[in-house]
Amino acid sequence: MNTSGSRHLKPDWVIIFLFICLAGIGFVNIYSASVSGLEVSLLDLSKPHGKQLMFIGLSSILILLIFSLDSKFYERFAFVFYLITTLLLIGLFIFGKKISGATSWYVFGGVSIQPSEFAKVSCALLVAKYLSDNQVDLKNLKDLSVLSLWIFIPAFLILIQPDAGSALVFTAFFLVMYLHSLSGWFVFAGFSAIIMFLLTLLLGSTWAIGVVLGFCVLLYFLLGKRKHKTGPLLLFFSICVVFSLSVNYIFQEVFEQRHRDRFNIVLGLTEDNRDIGFNTYQSKIALGSGGFWGKGFMEGTQTKGNFVPEQHTDYIFTTVGEEWGFAGSFVVIALFVLFLLRLLHLINRQKTAFAKWYGFGVVCVFFIHFAINIGMVIGVVPTIGIPLPFFSYGGSSLWGFTLLLFIFIKLDATRYNEW
Amino acid sequence: MRRFFLHGLILFSAVVFVAKLAQIQLLDNSYELIANNISIKKVYDFPERGYIYDRNGTLLVSNQPSYDIMVIPREVKEIDSIEFSKLLKIRPEDYSQMFSKAKHYSLDLPSVFVPQLSKEDFAALQEKMWKFEGFYIQKRSLRDYQTRHAANILGYIAEVNEAKIAQNNYYQMGDLIGIQGVEKAYEDELRGVKGVKRYQKDRLNRIISSFKDGIYDTLPSQGKDLELTIDIELQSYGEMLMQNKRGGIVAIEPKTGEILALVNAPSYDPALLVGRERSRNFTKLYYDTIAKPLYDRGLLAEYPPGSTFKILNALIALQEGVVSEDTKVYCHNGYFYARGSFMKCHSHASPVDLDSGIYNSCNAYFGTVYTRTLEKFATPQLGIDNWAKHVKSFGLGDFLGYDLPTGKKGLVPTSVYYNRAYPNGNWRPAATVSNGIGQGELLTTPIQLANFTAAIANRGFYYTPHIIRKIEGKRIEVPEYTEKKTTTIDPKHFEPVIEGMFNVFEKGTGRSVRVEGIEICGKTGTAENFTKIDGKRVQLTDHSIFIAFAPKDNPKIAIAVFVENGYWGARWAGPIASLMIQKHLNDSISRKDLEKRMLEGSLLFEYDKPLSGEPFNINQ
Repeated sequence: MNTSGSRHLKPDWVIIFLFICLAGIGFVNIYSASVSGLEVSLLDLSKPHGKQLMFIGLSSILILLIFSLDSKFYERFAFVFYLITTLLLIGLFIFGKKISGATSWYVFGGVSIQPSEFAKVSCALLVAKYLSDNQVDLKNLKDLSVLSLWIFIPAFLILIQPDAGSALVFTAFFLVMYLHSLSGWFVFAGFSAIIMFLLTLLLGSTWAIGVVLGFCVLLYFLLGKRKHKTGPLLLFFSICVVFSLSVNYIFQEVFEQRHRDRFNIVLGLTEDNRDIGFNTYQSKIALGSGGFWGKGFMEGTQTKGNFVPEQHTDYIFTTVGEEWGFAGSFVVIALFVLFLLRLLHLINRQKTAFAKWYGFGVVCVFFIHFAINIGMVIGVVPTIGIPLPFFSYGGSSLWGFTLLLFIFIKLDATRYNEW
Repeated sequence: MRRFFLHGLILFSAVVFVAKLAQIQLLDNSYELIANNISIKKVYDFPERGYIYDRNGTLLVSNQPSYDIMVIPREVKEIDSIEFSKLLKIRPEDYSQMFSKAKHYSLDLPSVFVPQLSKEDFAALQEKMWKFEGFYIQKRSLRDYQTRHAANILGYIAEVNEAKIAQNNYYQMGDLIGIQGVEKAYEDELRGVKGVKRYQKDRLNRIISSFKDGIYDTLPSQGKDLELTIDIELQSYGEMLMQNKRGGIVAIEPKTGEILALVNAPSYDPALLVGRERSRNFTKLYYDTIAKPLYDRGLLAEYPPGSTFKILNALIALQEGVVSEDTKVYCHNGYFYARGSFMKCHSHASPVDLDSGIYNSCNAYFGTVYTRTLEKFATPQLGIDNWAKHVKSFGLGDFLGYDLPTGKKGLVPTSVYYNRAYPNGNWRPAATVSNGIGQGELLTTPIQLANFTAAIANRGFYYTPHIIRKIEGKRIEVPEYTEKKTTTIDPKHFEPVIEGMFNVFEKGTGRSVRVEGIEICGKTGTAENFTKIDGKRVQLTDHSIFIAFAPKDNPKIAIAVFVENGYWGARWAGPIASLMIQKHLNDSISRKDLEKRMLEGSLLFEYDKPLSGEPFNINQ
């Protein structure tokens, strides 16, 4: 039925152009951040920039593969993809390799694969498939719990690696659910849960509960003479208490010290955080020293010399800020905004529900990565290590993002064939 | 609201980011000032690496100072490289080569220019260092060995490689890290944590003050001292007994699982791997692929256990109730275990029971016992899996879980193995009869042999062998090493078997190495082995094996000795085991003749045979 698909292929060149810009600028900055000696070769596979060039090359093969498959394939096999990536996540606990504290990687010979990057893609496909069913209504408790479970499973498996950053990305799908039919109360509940979680770990249960109590009392007086305010407020308060106590329990009793260490370092609670504090400071110095026009390509002395860890991965944006200045950072942020808005525009013209909801999944995942990564580097979000799409060094993340994006581009390109 | 929810989020975060960036990059000049005018110098304070002692408190490893010349290429100005080379005792042409290597690694990061200068060279250089901008001296501590033995246990330290640096950001170019043995296994404890001091420097690269009053500085924390379970006297004695031979000795204290000695032969002096000669010596040891001094045979060599394994088969048969102590088996220089298949044995009185079966090491007896154990079950598959279950409960066929960083699993064949070998699944217990006498498919490492000997000495349980005794003066409390592992054999079956092992010395294959005044229980073993010469399978002289524990009641030592190509068990391994036991229990040797024969005996001629290219005879 769909054999004519490739003949009517009309990919959106604007989004592809934006993709090429982002990956290209990303590569230039990785090159600058990773070359510190007297390198000449672009394709030096012992250095990050050489590998990244290879990853980019290989991702074009991936794109061809995505385009060669029928659009229907992604919808039909969504669950199979999901199953595969979930099994890969489980397999990590047996075959995975621990790299800097987290068991997130498979290592075969010199190649390492991080399955959590692919779990995002398959989760987006499954969520889209689920939401594209006309019968589904997220105000219905059964639908809501089934879908939440699908999202929760990979997120939980990633959380206990422990890789809190990548797990956090899965909140993107709750945004998608909100856009579909989820009650706004859940967004409120979600925000409250995150705040309670952070409060509990930062201040301890007692103080966290104290803060909530204060908040509730304040609300009680603010609401004045409204009816039915005591019940809901009491309910809200008791849920918060239970939540805070269970977070505390899980953290202290279920987690092992290495898990706790990682959270404590992320939250800046450990004694050893001096190095991390110093790095955030260094990252700001690097950005600040860039000024308006920046110091120029390969001239960023601050971002070199091992001051900032993960310089070519999570902190790649500091290189942009130092070498290309405010102008460069502004262009990169503008490119990302254009990219996200263009995706939203493409979503509007989708003819099938699957393509539309998949598109929303894609936008939300990209948005979370963009917002958390840049927010972390410039210091408006606490330190959470997740990559900046297409910029950060790493094969798994680049391919994960390429898959995510190009499956959508493929769906969009064949939208006229769907009748 | 939902329609433009995402648009709103995206634009909102973009505005926040741009505003924050404008503040950092355009409005706030302080960051720029800091970056332009001040760079920060990190100075590391390396703590002294922990000392290593033996179980009696004898110091084995301490430290000596050493000085590395470090370089940061970007800071190097015009210097007199001829004079500098002379001071460093290198050739001027080496200077430029080494300098470009450092530049290739990084312009801004320090790399080691010349490692491990001696105290004298350092003294001569120190007062002239001001002339050579961009170079500085980093003090480190190197190992100073107080013993010439136990190199395989202690391991060594060396400069960390780039792969490790990428994996663990604690380490930096030039840092030292444990590579083998205890140095690797207890790297984190021995190493301590280096401290960092940060200084601000002005444009002329002069240190002007501590950075931010030292709020980012950290203090070093000292490395911890270790006390090992080995007795260095016993260890050195074992190494001397094994000189000019190849193989291993593993001695364990049964009631704790503490490794008393772990001898590897041939061995080397640990001091060879220290200082500027390290890499030359290492290369020499590493490329000796014939004697393989770096290959820790006690942990890594998988040999067939030979007749020592008969002890386990006796225990399993008793547990399964297929024989009693009095069951008799006839043996006339061997027996037919299947139609037309004869297993040879040496000549001894017939029939034999459990006791004389053990002390005569009768193949017919154990072939029979083994087949009966398997035939108790409906299929040979069930039979062999049940047998393997018992064998594995003695710690064979898998990593033991000790705390040294190398090991091998060995092999205990199960039905899966034989079903693969006989794809139709149509095999009989008799096909695997070699397992009954410890030949065939079975493979064990010497430490596994010593461990199952300890389990027999304890009458049915063992503690995982380990090398660590105390950390910083405190007894270890690792459950892995302090919890009993129980075997699947009931304690009551051990006594008759141990009686047989006792009689090995009183009237059996171990008569010649009996020690007056010590009740030793043991078992000889002789293992056939093969090598490949020009692609052809060639049999070599048998391995000489011996396991033993003593005293019979309340055992203090369990030992396994393995001498490659030493021929029968009582020829080399037996005497060495009995000397080791006497050394440990009495601290003096009464049999000076035997001791002299072992110390001076050499098997090098035997090892030369397969390399000579000439035809040769074995088992002479």
